[in-house]
Amino acid sequence: MKALTIFEKGRPGRHTTYIAPRDIPEGLLEQLPNTSCREKPPAFPEVTEGEVVRHYTNLARKNWGVDVGFYPLGSCTMKYNPRLSEQIAGWPEFSAAHPLRPARAAQGWLRVMYETERMLSHLCGMARFTLQPAAGAQGELCGMLMIRRYHAERGDTRNTVIVPDSAHGTNPATAALAGFKVITCPSGANGLVDIKALGKMVNDQTAGIMLTNPNTLGLFERDIQEICRIIHAAGGLAYYDGANFNALVGRFRPGDMGFDVVHLNLHKTFATPHGGGGPGAGPVGVVAELEPYLPVPLVKETAEGFVLEEDRPHSIGRLNAFAGNALIILRAYVYLRLLGADGLREVSGAAVLAANYLKQRLMGTYEASHQGRCMHEFVLSAIRQKAFDIRALDIAKRLIDYNFHPPTMYFPLTVPEALMIEPTETEDLETLDAFADALIAIAKEAETDPELLHGAPHNTSVGRLDEVEAGRKLNLRWK
Amino acid sequence: MNFLPHTKEDIAHMLGELDLPDIDRLFDEVRAALPQGEMPTLAGASEFELRHHLWDMARLNGRPDQTPCFRGAGAYEHYIPAAVPQLISQSGFFTSYTPYQAELSQGTLQAMYEFQTMVCELMGMEVANASMYDGASALAEAALMALRITHKPRLLVAETLHPHWLQVLQTYTANVQPEIVLLPATDGVIRTETLAGLLNDQTAAVVMQNPNCFGLLEPIREIGGKLESHPALYIVCAYPTALGLLTSPGEAKADIAVGEGQPLGIPLSFGGPYLGLFATKLEHLRQMPGRIAGVAYDKQGRQGYVMTLQAREQHIRRERATSNICSNQALCALAATVYLSLIGPAGFKSIAEQNFAIAHRLAERLTSLPGCSLAFKQPFFNEFVLNLPVGADEIERELWDDGIISGLPLGRWWPERKNQMLFCATELITGPSVNRLIAAMEEALG
Repeated sequence: MKALTIFEKGRPGRHTTYIAPRDIPEGLLEQLPNTSCREKPPAFPEVTEGEVVRHYTNLARKNWGVDVGFYPLGSCTMKYNPRLSEQIAGWPEFSAAHPLRPARAAQGWLRVMYETERMLSHLCGMARFTLQPAAGAQGELCGMLMIRRYHAERGDTRNTVIVPDSAHGTNPATAALAGFKVITCPSGANGLVDIKALGKMVNDQTAGIMLTNPNTLGLFERDIQEICRIIHAAGGLAYYDGANFNALVGRFRPGDMGFDVVHLNLHKTFATPHGGGGPGAGPVGVVAELEPYLPVPLVKETAEGFVLEEDRPHSIGRLNAFAGNALIILRAYVYLRLLGADGLREVSGAAVLAANYLKQRLMGTYEASHQGRCMHEFVLSAIRQKAFDIRALDIAKRLIDYNFHPPTMYFPLTVPEALMIEPTETEDLETLDAFADALIAIAKEAETDPELLHGAPHNTSVGRLDEVEAGRKLNLRWK
Repeated sequence: MNFLPHTKEDIAHMLGELDLPDIDRLFDEVRAALPQGEMPTLAGASEFELRHHLWDMARLNGRPDQTPCFRGAGAYEHYIPAAVPQLISQSGFFTSYTPYQAELSQGTLQAMYEFQTMVCELMGMEVANASMYDGASALAEAALMALRITHKPRLLVAETLHPHWLQVLQTYTANVQPEIVLLPATDGVIRTETLAGLLNDQTAAVVMQNPNCFGLLEPIREIGGKLESHPALYIVCAYPTALGLLTSPGEAKADIAVGEGQPLGIPLSFGGPYLGLFATKLEHLRQMPGRIAGVAYDKQGRQGYVMTLQAREQHIRRERATSNICSNQALCALAATVYLSLIGPAGFKSIAEQNFAIAHRLAERLTSLPGCSLAFKQPFFNEFVLNLPVGADEIERELWDDGIISGLPLGRWWPERKNQMLFCATELITGPSVNRLIAAMEEALG
């Protein structure tokens, strides 16, 4: 049966009243000039509350989530989201607070933000954090604009940023948005930044480098101090993309690696829900030298309590209308306080252990991008299976039949037929084993029954959808 | 609490497979490469303990049901039907991520498609994306898009744009450094004649906000008429609730429409997460930032949804992408979709009318106070500027002593307006809270 959109449901005139209409004085609406009035009303659905609830409950059932099952999407840290955070985020003392309240009426909120900022600064070895960026990519923009401002205030017009070939797509996109020319730095055969090549790349135009550590191959950049030294010696700054911070949290700090700017994804390491693609939060930390450039507003402690500080003359400005995704920050605060520093240390330990165990179990069957230990994630390549005309895509889709969400596919770009697996620390051993068993069984099926894989998934509401045709015959709204 | 499922035996088993004595050895390489920094000593807490602590923090913010709020200025408290938070909290929506695997994400993808449709209907536009971070960053992306399309250096921006939005626009365009020219207002609004004097062949876009930062209605239709034959793009920032009554950006001939979607079923939340609305004309589709869902079919001809036109996006195009945006505000977009489905076209219109009526009634009551008057004569929607006989900061302070959040003192943004307050009244403002406000104002004005 075709799944109807909400627009195809209901009948004209169906309606639920949520607010009893109050009397509108006669003639009042007529005071509005005609040219200010809308002519064509929007065609929203006309449905009852019951129909709406049924419609969106059925849509939710067509979605996979961490609550539904294993979700080993590499670089996304799909860990369990504690429910206390949800309960607190629903308290009206937090959720109904206007962002421009007088500071006196928001001391609870400002204290949560202040303490979160301090905790993140300690965990990263940074002087200060801004909580304003709404997502990782906006955090990156914030960081790169600060780096730009830092150079500009020194009368320096450096305009290139170095990004490794294994980096997340947001890194080069952000560097470009901040006005930099992107130079791609090749990885060596060991999957790490080639520091000899890097040494030759830097010059008086180098504004900085953007790095993820561990990198997207799940490997720790062990020359990180040397990398930062090379960049600093050339006059540039080092930016840490914190998408993979779950591997190190509570144990090691980007500040000790030599980074000057750090963003974190609260929806990854700090367990806030991913929401189907956001909202997240991408706080950014800086070393003391860059503190003047942080965006406004910042929470400041004064003798009269906490206030939002707006007047910061060297600031890069404002990134969003208000102080950030506060309800996401509150959830992360709850997580930080529940776990404490020791709990976070256990998180990174368990995340790295789970990834190594899974890698160990799968290395005999699949080619790993790199031998040896990994951090919190690892990348397999389906090149052995290519002999049977099986691609990473087929393996990923077949995993759905085994009741698992597939790993990240075809990323990083440096590995052919890549499957990037991040189990996280909150998956139990039974699940890790069942997932490994499934991937091993699929590798056998690839040899004996490749058509089974080509046709996968077999039990979802739709099969593989033709994306090429969808891009050609665009249907982007119901009409 | 740490939510870890591994027993001692599980850990021993995993370490055994790896031939390692303990977990710390997994970090040997890291430890060898780095100095050991000082770690924080924060202790963990149980759920029970932490909730007590959070009660204390929450109390410091005051009980919203006892503190009526007459403040808008870019964030508006509207009624949220109980079904909205219930539906969006379902695990399938709330614990999923970006729909990279379409077969397991039909719920999110269909909701994106429905959201896009609703934004098009709301704005009167042809295509919409699946959300931006908030209204202000959506405007910044719209301006970048206009600069890309026209290759012209100048942005004409109404000086009546929300000052925070202007700041975000400046931050986002810092590297392009367009010439941002402010269109001066006359009696609180922009005149078409003023625009005509500043518009030239170097103009990439004209940016208007309706209602504007004083709550006043701008002549967006007249300005759209002027711009129709001009190559500059027309960007209109809209307040979605007001669109139940007011001219849509499409009717005003906008090329790009953006808005803050928070009023559509999303709580005030001390500023976020909110929802950036973004819509444009079909001809500009390929320059639009953000994710887009579209209809697709499988081999058996079954209809489904996929993320489409991904070649615009950062994960494919990298440094040549239309934007760096990746995670957006999907769950907030879902909230808006559910909200608009629940209230329907009749509720949408009725809520707008009530906002208009309640705010006008409030203005009447406030202007009857000694020394208080409307700062502008222009028509307004649900917000207006009140002249006070004394400093607005003082009134704000005294009202909060009575547990009332006053209108916004405008001296915060414009020092010359320190005796003015921007008041807002939505459908949530009741007769008794207005009476409380008036009584408190009478006392404060002494």
